[in-house]
Amino acid sequence: MANHDIHLTVRKGTVHALCGENGAGKSTLMKILYGMQKPDEGTIKLDGEQVSLHSPADAIARGIGMVHQHFMLADNLTVLENVVLGAEKLYGIGNKARAKIKEISDAYGLGVRPDVLVEDLGVADRQRVEILKVLYRGARTLILDEPTAVLVPQEVDALFDNLRELKSEGLTVIFISHKLGEVLSVADDITVIRRGTTVGTAVPSETTPKQLAELMVGEELPSPETRESTVTDVPMLTVEGLRLSATDSDGAVRTVLDGIEFTIHKGEVLGLAGVEGNGQAELVEAIMGMRDPDAGTITLDGAEITHLATRKRREGGIGYIPEDRHRHGLLLEAPLWENRILGHVTEAPNSKGGLLDNKAARADTERIVREYDVRTPGIEVTAASLSGGNQQKLIVGREMSHHPKLLIAAHPTRGVDVGAQAQIWDQIREARREGLAVLLISADLDELIGLSDTLRVMFRGRLVADADPATITPEELGSAMTGAASGHLEHHEEGTPPGADEGEGKNSPESEPESSPKAEKDQKNSPRNSPKNSPKREKKSSKNQKNSGKREGGDEK
Amino acid sequence: MKKIDKNKLILGLAAPVLAIVAAFIITSAIIGATGKDPFHAYQVMVDFGSKADSQVWIINKATPYYLSALAVAVGFRMNLFNIGVDGQYRIAAFFAAVVGGYFTLGPVAIPVMIIVAMVVGAIWAGIAGLLKTTRGVSEVISTIMLNSIGASLIGYFLQDGRLAKKEGNLIHTPYLPGSAHFFEFPTQTKPIYGFVVIAVIAGVAYWFLLGRTRFGFDLRTVGQSESAAQASGVSVKRMVITSMLISGAMAGLVGMPTLLGVSYNYGTDFPTGIGFTGIAIALLGRNHPIGMALGALLWGFLDRTGTQLEFEGYAQEIVGVIQGVIILCVVIAYELVRRYGLKIQQRKVGEELAAQASKSDKAEAAA
Repeated sequence: MANHDIHLTVRKGTVHALCGENGAGKSTLMKILYGMQKPDEGTIKLDGEQVSLHSPADAIARGIGMVHQHFMLADNLTVLENVVLGAEKLYGIGNKARAKIKEISDAYGLGVRPDVLVEDLGVADRQRVEILKVLYRGARTLILDEPTAVLVPQEVDALFDNLRELKSEGLTVIFISHKLGEVLSVADDITVIRRGTTVGTAVPSETTPKQLAELMVGEELPSPETRESTVTDVPMLTVEGLRLSATDSDGAVRTVLDGIEFTIHKGEVLGLAGVEGNGQAELVEAIMGMRDPDAGTITLDGAEITHLATRKRREGGIGYIPEDRHRHGLLLEAPLWENRILGHVTEAPNSKGGLLDNKAARADTERIVREYDVRTPGIEVTAASLSGGNQQKLIVGREMSHHPKLLIAAHPTRGVDVGAQAQIWDQIREARREGLAVLLISADLDELIGLSDTLRVMFRGRLVADADPATITPEELGSAMTGAASGHLEHHEEGTPPGADEGEGKNSPESEPESSPKAEKDQKNSPRNSPKNSPKREKKSSKNQKNSGKREGGDEK
Repeated sequence: MKKIDKNKLILGLAAPVLAIVAAFIITSAIIGATGKDPFHAYQVMVDFGSKADSQVWIINKATPYYLSALAVAVGFRMNLFNIGVDGQYRIAAFFAAVVGGYFTLGPVAIPVMIIVAMVVGAIWAGIAGLLKTTRGVSEVISTIMLNSIGASLIGYFLQDGRLAKKEGNLIHTPYLPGSAHFFEFPTQTKPIYGFVVIAVIAGVAYWFLLGRTRFGFDLRTVGQSESAAQASGVSVKRMVITSMLISGAMAGLVGMPTLLGVSYNYGTDFPTGIGFTGIAIALLGRNHPIGMALGALLWGFLDRTGTQLEFEGYAQEIVGVIQGVIILCVVIAYELVRRYGLKIQQRKVGEELAAQASKSDKAEAAA
């Protein structure tokens, strides 16, 4: 990923957000700042002094620390052991280190307990350990790579409180994200990167998510709204009395789905809201045939499929956009055209009789790449080398190419940049016009409300509430997701709903997920309150960087 | 597009070349350390290995090695470690020898024996597959234990008065009738086993099955990602059993060149350990049908020339050392090249996209 003509100035004691689509070059830039990659051109200045960073160790020595998107923690060690690992020389590995951890934790309100095993911690706590690890090594500038991608809204709020804490202690935070609502609520300054170069800066108080998104994508931004109804009265998928139990890791048998009943008609998008871990994944797997239900029936287009094999269901017209595309949707080390065959090996054009038709599959992959705007130099590259958005576009293209009757879309735009997001929405809408039935599961309540014709809320393995997407607000939906409300949700007109949820702003406030790891501290100030601009400081540190990654000829070999 | 293909080819060749060069350097150092001249050793090996009778010997030796490697590779391709090819081929050969020795089969003797061997091999491997899918027993454990069980079973039956006869110091199953002797390719020296034809057919079948059929795609899918395979509609359990059966059936062929071409009986001196050699060759050939063929020939060459080194005053173990070093080098070199390749590719994809982007950016910049 080439970066070129990057200009970035970060003031000391601020939270500086770096936005851009997936694949825009944010991560490359961060790797350069953290010494993991060397720039071909340009300079980096730290506190006015020009530095060259050759390795992360260099960066750490100069007070730059990085919290990676994927945590780098050893599960079977305690928090203390994880923190001191590799930094044993600083404060030893015993009580001195423990005291130091306590001190840092208290100073920034991180609430880290040094003696618990990391494997017992939730995602949010792990992230705090990562932050503490960086602070322990003396970082004054923190780089956080997509820190909110793994968090639920409440945890995001807590994280932002932590960041404000850090800021008020004079630390500098560089915050990478493509979630614009979050960026606007926490950042003091925003720099937007597009296609490897900085395209603009913004002041959060004067910017709307829409403007920011347009800056990121470089074009007008569509919204997930679909209002003209295409719902017919022909049932496509009917689920009746579905019950499923599963054995959890302790060997106990739990009922994960109970009494599930719903019907999706042709041309209807049924949105399923719910805090993750309340049975949505299991429901999808039961419909896909990856889990065998204990009771109930599943009917697709008039044919019962309750106990049919997954392959038969796929052939019968179920398209599947899995929640975790790396685990369930792709062969990462296989070329794109083999990924095009995946899941549809028995169908044209991938095979004839029992034999693969590699030529036709390749040709059809070219078509998908073209029609679905998968940005790739070719179809022989591995799926792993594409960015998340492009991987997802390939999956959507593949599933749509077999003209499904029912599309199961689990978090179809998760980890996908805004540009690809809009395209995926368009495709779902278009297919719906042609009579597709869609089961949509999403943590993005705006997406859910915007795309769905019908909304159901899942809580602890049951469908507890339903709502009309035309009137419901994310807040009202959120309260049902926590089990606080059930039955038919009516929109109450009492004052104006808090916060304007446009574009990317996607927090479901006030929801209290029981199953998800929670921060011990309460979150009083929501990041949704208008972004505070902390008083400007006199001392300024600046990083200025130019870096040209245009290589001669482009090809290495 | 063409560019990437070329890169792929270069990367594909880089690994074995790197491995061989590294193995060459390391073994030279080892031979040097024993106080001998490594280059003289190579000279001896090349001279002796290229003699006509050596070539015949190498091909005959490589045939069962290759079949064994194929059997192992079927498992490897779906992430199953069938370490029990050794037991499977021995028990398969034993029962084939019993069937051929005791029944008068006339002209169908050879096909019947081959089928018996494949079925017995498949059953023996299938037990491990069944244990894995029903009880979650790792196939590594079950297949290696089945090796011992197989050996004991053969030991029980291979006694005078049970299924075998005594001839001097040797105990073996009755000699096969002439109709059960496989054809040979006569050469100026010794003949080449006709079974080499079967080995080639097996290699082509392996390539076709895995690379060109739906079944093969499913099998490879399971090997690359079990979760993705399941979501795509492959029954992983059924695939485990099926591939173990195929692997075992292939293993059943391993003993056939010896049984039908040389010994004409199964005795206490029937060769053992070919199953383990197969693992090494499958690794060396990266599960590729041609790669494994080259690997099998290289192994045969090393086996052949190792004996000659002994006459020249080199330690006989040196060949074992060379073989070990080659495997290590190959495994390491392939992993390095694979990672490097992925990295290059990712960078390349990024670059090409950036190039595309900067073109369209220029258009935008005007606005």
